[in-house]
Amino acid sequence: MIEWGHPGLVYIFGALLIPLFKGRLRQGYLLLVTLLALSAVFSLSPGQYTVFSYTGKEIVLGQVDKLSILFAWVFSLMGLIGTVYALQVRGAGEHVAAFLYVGSALGVVFAGDFLSLFLFWELMAFASAYLVFAQGGKAALAAGFRYLLVHIAGGLCLLGGIVLHYADTGSIQFGPLTEGGAAFYLILAGFILNAAVPPLNAWLTDAYPEATITGAVFMSAFTTKTAVYVLLRGFPGTEVLIWLGAVMAIYGVIYAVLENDARRLLAYHIVSQVGYMVAGVGIGTEMAVNGASAHAFAHILYKGLLFMGAGAVIHVTGRRKLTELGGLYKQMPVTLFLYMIGAFSISAFPFFSGFVSKSMVIAAAAGDGHSLIALMLILASSGTFLHTGLKLPYYMFFGKDSGLKAKEPPTNMLIAMTMAASLCLMIGIFPDLLYRLLPYSVDFHPYTGVHITETMGLLLFTALGFALFLKHLDPERTISLDTDWFYRTGARWLMWFARRPLTRYEEVVSDFSNSLVLKPHTAIATLGLWFDQHIVDGVVNGVATGLIRCATQLRQLQSGILSRYALGIVAGLVACLLYVFL
Amino acid sequence: MIAKLVNFFGDPQYRAQRWRLFVIVMAITLMADFLVRRDHVEGFWQAIPGWGALYGFIACFLIIFFSKFLGHQGKLMRREDYYD
Repeated sequence: MIEWGHPGLVYIFGALLIPLFKGRLRQGYLLLVTLLALSAVFSLSPGQYTVFSYTGKEIVLGQVDKLSILFAWVFSLMGLIGTVYALQVRGAGEHVAAFLYVGSALGVVFAGDFLSLFLFWELMAFASAYLVFAQGGKAALAAGFRYLLVHIAGGLCLLGGIVLHYADTGSIQFGPLTEGGAAFYLILAGFILNAAVPPLNAWLTDAYPEATITGAVFMSAFTTKTAVYVLLRGFPGTEVLIWLGAVMAIYGVIYAVLENDARRLLAYHIVSQVGYMVAGVGIGTEMAVNGASAHAFAHILYKGLLFMGAGAVIHVTGRRKLTELGGLYKQMPVTLFLYMIGAFSISAFPFFSGFVSKSMVIAAAAGDGHSLIALMLILASSGTFLHTGLKLPYYMFFGKDSGLKAKEPPTNMLIAMTMAASLCLMIGIFPDLLYRLLPYSVDFHPYTGVHITETMGLLLFTALGFALFLKHLDPERTISLDTDWFYRTGARWLMWFARRPLTRYEEVVSDFSNSLVLKPHTAIATLGLWFDQHIVDGVVNGVATGLIRCATQLRQLQSGILSRYALGIVAGLVACLLYVFL
Repeated sequence: MIAKLVNFFGDPQYRAQRWRLFVIVMAITLMADFLVRRDHVEGFWQAIPGWGALYGFIACFLIIFFSKFLGHQGKLMRREDYYD
């Protein structure tokens, strides 16, 4: 009997069979796998499963507790919604990549040891990169490679940390890490790179808008939230994260003002929203951890919804820049309506999902004595509504009419958006549904009078500011420089350096060695050769020739005539006698 | 119904009505903020009536103008073919 079904492995093994099916059959199969994974999540109960030993180390594929179940729920729900949204996609490759991506994210969620965590982590990077490559074209290809390179660098950082951690402690078990030491910071760096914490954020806003329409929906959900999850597991209460999170929340908002690309604007709001979660992890109290987890849950659904809405507009118009869009509200009312549910959710309007999760993080910050952090996060909330709830829909659906021909997107896209929108409203209206899933018991009431009037005041007067300063918010046909500038221009400088100074240097060095080293060497060698050929060989040959001549002369004596030998002997004897007697 | 609702927010002919509705909702929110009970608050600012509205407006102003300042004067915004 199988003790548990790993929802991630359901996706990963499910992905392998996708190319075997076509058309309606494939659509049915895709839905079947996502539903199977959901049912696997439904039947989870806390414990440790699929534990085996590898080279004497314990590998745990199923670390199941409240936190991992919470993330498994939202990941598999988003897997289902994203799949419904992507049903019309023809190519099998994108579906396979998306399933591997969801599966590996779930693999990270249930990983109880660093080794399996790392393997799923890398699979996630490669599978998601495919969703960028699948878009095709020069821009997507370049962005995909940058995305992959940054993630490989982050992965190596993580691996280095894991190896050092193992050398220090002798254990590969994944749990809270003790602060200090290279292992701690390397693993942290690997994790916050995936969480898109500035200055390590640019891969996200660079790549997501270049991905396929359906791919970006998946991407918006998994990579950063998996990072939040591992931070919650490994780094709760790490103080530096509080500040990084708060800065991040505002960083994303600032860039969103400047952005003209619809999905890049939304991507900057992922950075901003993940800031709340990172700050929550940093605060590390039970309420903050609950808040970060709840916000991750709510965020995945409303951000997916927003990406689906923007994707639907791009799908039917083929345009992605706000300066080229506008006036679509008559042709796409349902898309707009569903998008706005996501926008109200991310802006944390009462009775929408963001309200019940974001207020928890802010209350945790304020309650723990981090007033400045809480105020920074509230400021970012205003900016969130300003862009996602006002600027983007205004310039996409209202504003000046672009004259584009548009219609509602395919039904499956609208169904997926409706599913996400319903969940956003459900969480907003019945927060206990979400609170019950949180890792710690919840003693927090979002719907107090002060919370509601404060939030409504904040949002409505942000809207007033928007209406008054609308002219200043007009999108401009520009791109914004982010930290990817360093490696994008850095790579160019490197190539210039390789082509110019390095090549020149190489030429000079080889010239130098030619004229000063090679030539004298050749001359010496020629001299040596001449000496060898003429002097050494001459002496040797001369001696040999002399010997041969002597031998020839001596050979004259050996005539073979006996009487001459006898004469010689007699002459010798006479000579000896003469010598003796005289 | 959705189309009608969306049309109300899009069609220029309802401009005046939209503003009226917006002002009424703002007024109600502001009034409610002054009347609401404040016996349990997490941050000190929550004890100040009207704080949310004031902070929201200031935040909106700051975000727009500070970002655009960085974009234009700080040279963060560049031509679309900057990297080509």
